[in-house]
Amino acid sequence: MDITFLLNGETVELTGVSPTATLLDWLREERHLRGTKEGCNEGDCGACTVMISDADGAKALNSCILFLPQLHGKAIRTVEGVGESDGALHPVQDAMIEHHGSQCGFCTPGFVMSMTAAHANGATNHDTQLAGNLCRCTGYAPIIRAAEACEDKPVPTWVNNDRAFVLPDTSETADDGPAHAPTSSDELAAVYAANPDATIIAGATDVGLWVTKQLRDLNSVIFLNRCDNLKSVEVTEANVRFGAMVDMNTVGDTLSDLHPSYAEMVRRYASVQVRHAATIGGNIANGSPIGDNPPALIALGATLHLRKGDTRRDVLLEDFFIDYGKQDRKPGEFVEAVSFPRQPDTLKCYKLSKRFDQDISAVCGCFSITVEGGTVTDARIAFGGMAGIPKRAASVEAALLGQPWTATTITTAKAMFDTDFTPLTDMRASAEYRLETARTLLERYFAESQGQTTNVLEVSA
Amino acid sequence: MSVSKPLPHDAARLHVTGSARYVDDIPSPAGTLHLAFGQSPIAKGRITAMNLDAVKAAPGVVAVMTADDLPFTNDVSPSIHDEPLLSDGTVNYVGQPVFLVIANSHLAARKAATLGQVDYVEETPILTVDEAMAADSRFEEGPRIYEKGDAETAIDAAPRQIDATFEIGGQEHFYLEGQAAMAVPNEGGDMLVHSSTQHPTEIQHKVAEALGVPMHGVRVETRRMGGGFGGKESQGNALAVSCAVAARLTGRACKMRYDRDDDMVITGKRHEFRITYRVGFDDDGRVQGVSFKHYTRCGWAQDLSLPVADRAMLHSDNAYLLPNARIESHRLKTNTQSATAYRGFGGPQGMVGIERVMDHIAHDLGLDAVEVRKRNYYAAKADASGQKDNSTPYGMQVEDFELHGMTERLMETSDYAARKAAIEKWNAENPIVKKGIAFAPVKFGISFTLTHLNQAGALVHVYQDGSVHLNHGGTEMGQGLFQKVAQVAASRFGIPLDLVKITATDTAKVPNTSATAASSGSDLNGMAVKAACDTVRDRMADFLAERHQAEVSDVAFSDGHVEVGEARYTFQEAAAMAYQGRISLSATGFYKTPKIEWDRIKGRGRPFFYFAYGASITEVAIDTLTGENRILRTDILHDAGASLNPALDIGQVEGGYVQGAGWLTTEELVWDNQGRLRTHAPSTYKIPACSDRPDVFNVALWDEQNREDTIYRSKAVGEPPFMLGISAWLALSNAVSACGNAYPAIDAPATAEEVWAGVRRVRDGI
Repeated sequence: MDITFLLNGETVELTGVSPTATLLDWLREERHLRGTKEGCNEGDCGACTVMISDADGAKALNSCILFLPQLHGKAIRTVEGVGESDGALHPVQDAMIEHHGSQCGFCTPGFVMSMTAAHANGATNHDTQLAGNLCRCTGYAPIIRAAEACEDKPVPTWVNNDRAFVLPDTSETADDGPAHAPTSSDELAAVYAANPDATIIAGATDVGLWVTKQLRDLNSVIFLNRCDNLKSVEVTEANVRFGAMVDMNTVGDTLSDLHPSYAEMVRRYASVQVRHAATIGGNIANGSPIGDNPPALIALGATLHLRKGDTRRDVLLEDFFIDYGKQDRKPGEFVEAVSFPRQPDTLKCYKLSKRFDQDISAVCGCFSITVEGGTVTDARIAFGGMAGIPKRAASVEAALLGQPWTATTITTAKAMFDTDFTPLTDMRASAEYRLETARTLLERYFAESQGQTTNVLEVSA
Repeated sequence: MSVSKPLPHDAARLHVTGSARYVDDIPSPAGTLHLAFGQSPIAKGRITAMNLDAVKAAPGVVAVMTADDLPFTNDVSPSIHDEPLLSDGTVNYVGQPVFLVIANSHLAARKAATLGQVDYVEETPILTVDEAMAADSRFEEGPRIYEKGDAETAIDAAPRQIDATFEIGGQEHFYLEGQAAMAVPNEGGDMLVHSSTQHPTEIQHKVAEALGVPMHGVRVETRRMGGGFGGKESQGNALAVSCAVAARLTGRACKMRYDRDDDMVITGKRHEFRITYRVGFDDDGRVQGVSFKHYTRCGWAQDLSLPVADRAMLHSDNAYLLPNARIESHRLKTNTQSATAYRGFGGPQGMVGIERVMDHIAHDLGLDAVEVRKRNYYAAKADASGQKDNSTPYGMQVEDFELHGMTERLMETSDYAARKAAIEKWNAENPIVKKGIAFAPVKFGISFTLTHLNQAGALVHVYQDGSVHLNHGGTEMGQGLFQKVAQVAASRFGIPLDLVKITATDTAKVPNTSATAASSGSDLNGMAVKAACDTVRDRMADFLAERHQAEVSDVAFSDGHVEVGEARYTFQEAAAMAYQGRISLSATGFYKTPKIEWDRIKGRGRPFFYFAYGASITEVAIDTLTGENRILRTDILHDAGASLNPALDIGQVEGGYVQGAGWLTTEELVWDNQGRLRTHAPSTYKIPACSDRPDVFNVALWDEQNREDTIYRSKAVGEPPFMLGISAWLALSNAVSACGNAYPAIDAPATAEEVWAGVRRVRDGI
């Protein structure tokens, strides 16, 4: 596959690249840029963070699970390229030295890149910006002091130059044997119909691990990163519709006013780096029982828009998930978009995990309960982590519907979780914890409606 | 003087620019080969057949080695030669290296390593403490027992007793740089090894054994590690030895680094403990006698488990004078990774035991837990007349107890009393979110308990231009050792720090080094460097005094100059003159820790030169519905003696606390009933992330010098702050206790699920 991108201000044209070569390996092994580190090779530690810019702005991304074809047309900055040509350091680098933000130094380039991207974007919610960078030495305090110290420092001029990068030549020669890079939904539909066994790669936050961890050889792949019309967000009076390639940071931003609890759940969904890559379509299509979008979307009554060739069909999201590892998707059919109706916000998304940030849910409970005149008139409750698929709590919903919104009703309804779910024990939580906290999350929803303090994240010393 | 200045880490600029080199960043010779292990998928069994044809035929594979192909010793154990590099026909844990793939890329080696067809006869593995005890599967002939007085009688005679058991989980080091090594064959069969190791001499020793050459045939160089935390004390042996034997076989440079999942599956972790305790105490909470049983899951090979378990016993008192104590330690052999060194080296587990006892006593009596602790503290110093006991359970007099003053100050600066009252009010008003607060002191013994390891060497050259080349046996893993020691060197010569070149640890420069471990790095190497610098300095002083007909005592080194009576030279001029005067400007230095001597079998004597102290208070909030929890505020006062570098020391304290709190909260290792580690990646094993640090995090150093004669009266600071994290775990227990009357009996780690279970125990009696 032939691709072109900007690397630390220099145009790089590559021909015949292996479609599943990662940016990290290419940087370290081919370019000998060894400032970017491999810490975990799965996007969980951030040591490999680089900054990727395009017309949408600057983003921190994990280079260990970015395939080179995903970089086509982008501007890449590595830690070697953030300082000035005269040797002056980026303000973030200066601050990291001054505030003792490095000890062993191995995570430091990744932190510098996340901080550089945040600085370029004027972001000052440092804990969230840095949730995807693990440090084992410092306890983070000096790193945050460094991030705070350079908030008001000037942004280097190269940041805008990177954003302004446009491909010198836009000729469309993306298809290369078994690797495809369609540029629209129509092209995708055609190429996927012709290659139904191909692996679709959206953000590669899952498929990346097939390569780096499962060591799989992907014979035929289709990259979606050039399908701009799958990246649209439409918010109308009637609907919210996300194209399949909308990344999770954009999902969170879009929902911050409409459904703030969903947006808060997205804030805790993986990390900035992963959310820049991960797509809402991918999170649905891979059928994971522990993806966080499906329960929230099911609680919102979402519809999935599927396409195969020129045939489109809609399916209720809750019906898309048939069984563990099995979805209602035909060979050659792909997720084009997901939408849900505009509605008053009664949605609460509760994500339980060992660690607040960047952790996969043990239980993700999403509740949308409408109470009118003291009576429950609508209840949509869906869970991840409780079954082989994201699943509605139908019996609990039934026990709530038409009942008075009281503690007694909650007590009755929460007993029904046994009917709806038989969760498993694994390394994240026991079956008992999952089942019992599903119940207590309903209590939490009720307590919140009564104005009680329930969230430890909102408590201070 | 450079010492005591809060200077940045010497490599800070290299770190932030990505130009600090780790093993995998070193430019490797053309044709360098890459290695990976084929691993055992079962926890216990015998190999009956091994077909590696597919491995050999895989793309990029150059050679495959099994135990039969190893030229000499098949052992990478740091202790009793019980740890074959490659399986000797039996396998003892899931992940044990069985064969070694040598290929032309890291990825090719990893892929080929999955293709081995190995047949096993499976045997029933011993995985748990209970299984090991039932099978009497252990290291050493039986439990070690340390005793002071008659614990059982004292407990029985006391007004009150408590008897309980709890579990303490292990901990993955999660150094950000995984294990890595590269071997470059030199002429005549010699080998140069780059290793990410805390113990270059051990690497040299094991590589020499494996190659059948004297140690002089192997040179090991370590510039830095991307984190160690004990995990690179012995666990790098397998990679370095593999690289060396593969380099010998192929004649090419060989490099090996573990993928993160392999690293977590193959290497050892912190020891898990079950602790049972029986304590007798009076109505004021004063301990009359305590008896501990430690059940330590050591894994399949001995590694460093004996001294780890010893150190746990040696910290079963923590800060408390125990009139009668008995500690019984079972070192259990299981079919799991061989547990290894980890920051604190067993000390944290022992300390958690007694802190749990203090917490339990305070709860039982309804007393303030700080007050109970203070009542049990050691006296400030040993009674000169010897009338009043101030001895540890192993018979060492506590002569430097700083915690009375430290506790008092921390209570004030943290506003403990008012906050405790505010928390009680909060808990009375809030049914769902409860708060808790707890105090934990730390008294940590400084010295290797294997006494002969308490030695260090240094090599210092002064060049004729006045620049200084500094080398010593310590390794840099982020703790700032190199900078601290450079500050010592600069201070001895009275020169600016930039005249001192810090160089990679190198077994060819300083031999027979001990691991950089046991918090000893700056104590030992700082003293050795001081000795080397003083030797050169004294030679320069003698020379200049003679030339100027002055007394040696009139020669002064300061501010980059050397003054001899009326004459004043730059250090550069003085060095040039000395060179021309044919004065040797190179010296070695050596140091051995004084005063220490003990018997680890009897558990009697003075294992430690001194103690380092710390105190912390943590406030937390828990959600009683889900067990979700968070640290709201932490206040720490830590004793680093007269700090060599307060910035670096505070960095150790902040980082140590968060790592310790992580161990006791979110970091949960889970094995399944086949012995497979299920938490083998950061996706499932959760070290603290940025937002897990305390919202409010006040850290101060206790401004008193070491009462023992250490380097500039500083104290070791690597491990002790780790145990400050115990206050986070105790605070969670305190918050849970707000849900009812029963004692929470929280195990470690206190995950959300464990806190939730504690709430149910306390509130619902479930």
